[in-house]
Amino acid sequence: MSLSERVQGLRRQSLEARPRVSTERAELITEFYAKDVGAVSAPVRRALAFKHLMENKAVCILPGELIVGERGPGPKATPTYPEVCCHSLQDLEILDSREKVSFDADERTHELFRDRFIPFWEGKSLRDLIFAAMTDEWKDAYEAGIFTEFMEQRAPGHTVLDDKIYKKGFLDFKADIKRALEDLDWLNDAEAHDKREQLKAMAICCDALIAFAERHAAHARGLAEREVDPERQRELERIGEVCDRVPAYAPRDFWEALQAYWFVHVGVISELNTWDSFNPGHLDRHLYPFYTQGRAEGTLTEEWARELLQCLWVKFNNQPAPPKVGVTAEESNTYTDFAQINTGGVMEDGSDGVNDLTYVILDVIEEMRLVQPSSSVQLSKKNPDRFLKRAAKIIRSGFGQPSIFNADLIVQELVRQGKSVEDARNGGSSGCVEVGAFGKENYNLTGYFNMPKVFEITLNNGVDPRTGKQIGIETGASSRFGSFEALMEAYRRQLSHFIDIKIRGNNVIERLWANHIPTPFLSILIDDCIANGADYHDGGARYNTSYIQGVGLGTLTDCATAIKYHVFDEKTLSMEELLGALGDDFAGQERIQQLLLNRTPKYGNDDDYADSVMRELFEAYFETIDGRPNTKGGAYRINLLPTTCHIYFGSVCGATPDGRNAWQPLSEGISPVQGADRHGPTAVLRSAAKMDHARTGGTLLNQKLTPGLMAGEEGLDKFVHLVRSYFRLDGHHIQFNVVDAEALRAAQREPEKHRDLIVRVAGYSDYFCDLGKALQDEIIARTEHESF
Amino acid sequence: MSTGTIFDIKKFAIHDGPGVRTTVFLKGCPLGCWLCHNPESQEFEPELLLRDGRCNLCGDCVEVCEPNAISLNEKTVHLDRLRCDLCGACVDACLPGALEIAGRQVTVDEVMAEIEKDTVYYDESGGGVTVSGGEPLSQAEFLCDLLESCKARGIRTALDTCGHAAPALFQEVAEHTDLYLYDLKLIDEGRHLEFTGVSNATIHENLRWLSEQGRAVVVRFPLLPGINDDVENVRALGEFLAALATRYPVDILPYHRMGIDKYTRLDREHRMPDLEPPDAEAVAKVANQLRTFGLHVTVRGEEI
Repeated sequence: MSLSERVQGLRRQSLEARPRVSTERAELITEFYAKDVGAVSAPVRRALAFKHLMENKAVCILPGELIVGERGPGPKATPTYPEVCCHSLQDLEILDSREKVSFDADERTHELFRDRFIPFWEGKSLRDLIFAAMTDEWKDAYEAGIFTEFMEQRAPGHTVLDDKIYKKGFLDFKADIKRALEDLDWLNDAEAHDKREQLKAMAICCDALIAFAERHAAHARGLAEREVDPERQRELERIGEVCDRVPAYAPRDFWEALQAYWFVHVGVISELNTWDSFNPGHLDRHLYPFYTQGRAEGTLTEEWARELLQCLWVKFNNQPAPPKVGVTAEESNTYTDFAQINTGGVMEDGSDGVNDLTYVILDVIEEMRLVQPSSSVQLSKKNPDRFLKRAAKIIRSGFGQPSIFNADLIVQELVRQGKSVEDARNGGSSGCVEVGAFGKENYNLTGYFNMPKVFEITLNNGVDPRTGKQIGIETGASSRFGSFEALMEAYRRQLSHFIDIKIRGNNVIERLWANHIPTPFLSILIDDCIANGADYHDGGARYNTSYIQGVGLGTLTDCATAIKYHVFDEKTLSMEELLGALGDDFAGQERIQQLLLNRTPKYGNDDDYADSVMRELFEAYFETIDGRPNTKGGAYRINLLPTTCHIYFGSVCGATPDGRNAWQPLSEGISPVQGADRHGPTAVLRSAAKMDHARTGGTLLNQKLTPGLMAGEEGLDKFVHLVRSYFRLDGHHIQFNVVDAEALRAAQREPEKHRDLIVRVAGYSDYFCDLGKALQDEIIARTEHESF
Repeated sequence: MSTGTIFDIKKFAIHDGPGVRTTVFLKGCPLGCWLCHNPESQEFEPELLLRDGRCNLCGDCVEVCEPNAISLNEKTVHLDRLRCDLCGACVDACLPGALEIAGRQVTVDEVMAEIEKDTVYYDESGGGVTVSGGEPLSQAEFLCDLLESCKARGIRTALDTCGHAAPALFQEVAEHTDLYLYDLKLIDEGRHLEFTGVSNATIHENLRWLSEQGRAVVVRFPLLPGINDDVENVRALGEFLAALATRYPVDILPYHRMGIDKYTRLDREHRMPDLEPPDAEAVAKVANQLRTFGLHVTVRGEEI
């Protein structure tokens, strides 16, 4: 199936558009905050700011478009959010000039930041408030690279929509809000006033989004009047009608449903720079009623449905992840904003969730070949193999999508966390691999946590050897550990120390968000914020989860295993010899390094010696975090994913006992250390399945396969068996990179010839040539599982 | 419990029978095929092999070698195989893993422990264990015990064989074998003798017996340009198979060059280092010729 001329044009336009910093939002927001809006509550102030934005930002309808609305004034014109975090002039300079993932920032942009935004927001932006509120020990740990903090420059988001906007318009939500206001119990509810302010703010946001749509309707009609092509004229008139209808009222057909979603999406990502953008979740499920109805009535063909979906896909690709600052810019180096569209899975009643539209959406994913939106298949044991094979064909083509999730296990994970089984089935995965109850949960990633760094500090009695600073507690000189168990106990104590610092900081940050930057628009969309009269940032959601994402489990396991094996069990090395070699980064000690690399049990080989150490470390991480209360009435949970943070975390870790040289990347996700898995994919999957995925909120496993392994029908069958087996072992997620090293090396040599080469990096896909060299090298180095 | 000599256990073996399989490679073969892609499988005794690319010239192997069989030059180490007594000290000393001994004694239980790790994959895919070689039937007792142990644990078995084994023994093993991957290379006895070193009379007899018993077989035809791809041999193969009591599918395995490196590691001469794999057209031609005999033909397991 070839793309229509329209879609080809829109796709090309999206791919060729240069990402640039747009000052539009910063200007409007600064203008709003500079003027006196009177003594209003924080939520109402935010709602009025949102309204100001939606009433005044440019309306953009591009030639040929069917789905309309942009976050900035045009494709890839990317706003900043100075009330959250104001870029410095140096940040702009770096963004403009850096080789990868750059954003153009012109003269005028620099001037506005210099003369207007920076002076106005200095000391006022939430980021400034956050850093002012953090303790010295938090800052020490942060600077040492023990953890990152997600909410210091982007808003808590990580959430996904359910089906509510396809059943209700924003006038209906307004009516719900009105009822909630009427139901306030002013005599007995001490929070009645706060709730009223929150509900008032939500109502203002409903009007703001409707106004935004109306402006598009008017603009479309204006364009229609001037349009000379009668066909396009009819389309523009229809766009006008669609924008009149949605999102004020519930959509009536497929087109309106897509446009309703897109307005909501633009609303969410305009209100704040939410992590992982926003996403429609189970799109196949939500759109299916409109699809079948349109097909039955004869008003919708499969081709037209496909074209409308393709137009939506382009809109996602037009919105790069907002440019970051500081260390986050280093560790999160991508245009991708992690909107992960789910397909398949199980329905609310537990039945097979795959439908005809699922296959149409998979076609669209393959035909569009865009890094955004990202996509996943939610594979249940109830879904047919045809579904997985269709996805496998896309993966085989070298496109890093879709990633594959175990839908049945996700239900288990969510139910363990306390969700109802229905809410769990309506949930899925988002971002990289994290799970949530779609439309009903605030589930935040709070930051990555550098497990091998904590191990390094443990080996050094609380001192960070990179800086010589004592940032951990004193758990004893490692030469004194009489047993492996004593070392593990010391590690557990250091872990607990740093997790306490992380959680304490995070609890402050959560309150700063709730008090200073509530998010009334997003709150309309997530149950039960309206019913509770409480903000999404303030415990309004039905479920509230704070995740701390562990990074480097493979490296950590191999480090601990090496010490257990060589120092305690086999006694081939003394602790002093080992620490000496690490201190010298193995210079002149190549033999010790070779011993560590090649004569040590490693995680990823289905070897219980190493894998049992992994389990112990997994349990330590779980026990330290799971179930601790957050500020929203929910709990902290764990997941294991790195995005690209394993590179940054590696850059702060000296040489490690697994034989890794100083400052090199850590292992990513729950994948084995790069190159340490030497017994093929079945062994990797078995090792990975030995941790209890059901007690996480997501794990990320990358597996690289050479194209030969997936060739032909037989190859597809084997692929299906591999995935089904891993899921039978209760694995959470698996992502396959089907590329050969030679192709990647060629791309590294001549990037201009390989711009279309997309690879998966730790749970999302990106253009290979956009990645930094370290990441490129790592992907090339990953074990290829040859099977001749 | 019997022991055997194996040189590899390969998991996720996806080209050795249905489903996801674990292939156990037994060492030693009565044939001496010119282009064997597993030259380390041919000898029954363990052999030392050297991967130049991994060698870091540290010289540790030289130091530990009591018979002084190893010397070091600027580029690599040199093995004097006549002096080597296969004590394995150099392999233990070689941290980069450049030296390896192909061939180790194992018990059936040891092999079963590895095999059983992947049971979930066999169950999910309809796969199982394939015993390959060398020629597995050359270690008949070990083979029989291994296959029997698999069957006792509900694991399906396949035997990758050249068929050159005493019929009585061959028939005994059949009791525990679900599927045969049966190599046929040359039908003319004289040519077979020249290329492999043995007559093919027993090979043909054993296959006839399987066909009379109605046993499951996939005939594998390694397609070797200039050796067995001529019209006469292909016709003879077609006629032979068409005359069997059971009509068996044929899987063509075109020659590949992956084995060449292995000869270097063993300091052995590859007889035809410049031989190119057959092109797709040549393979299709052979496939089509075989189809004229009413045979079902695949290439590397795929329909073409």
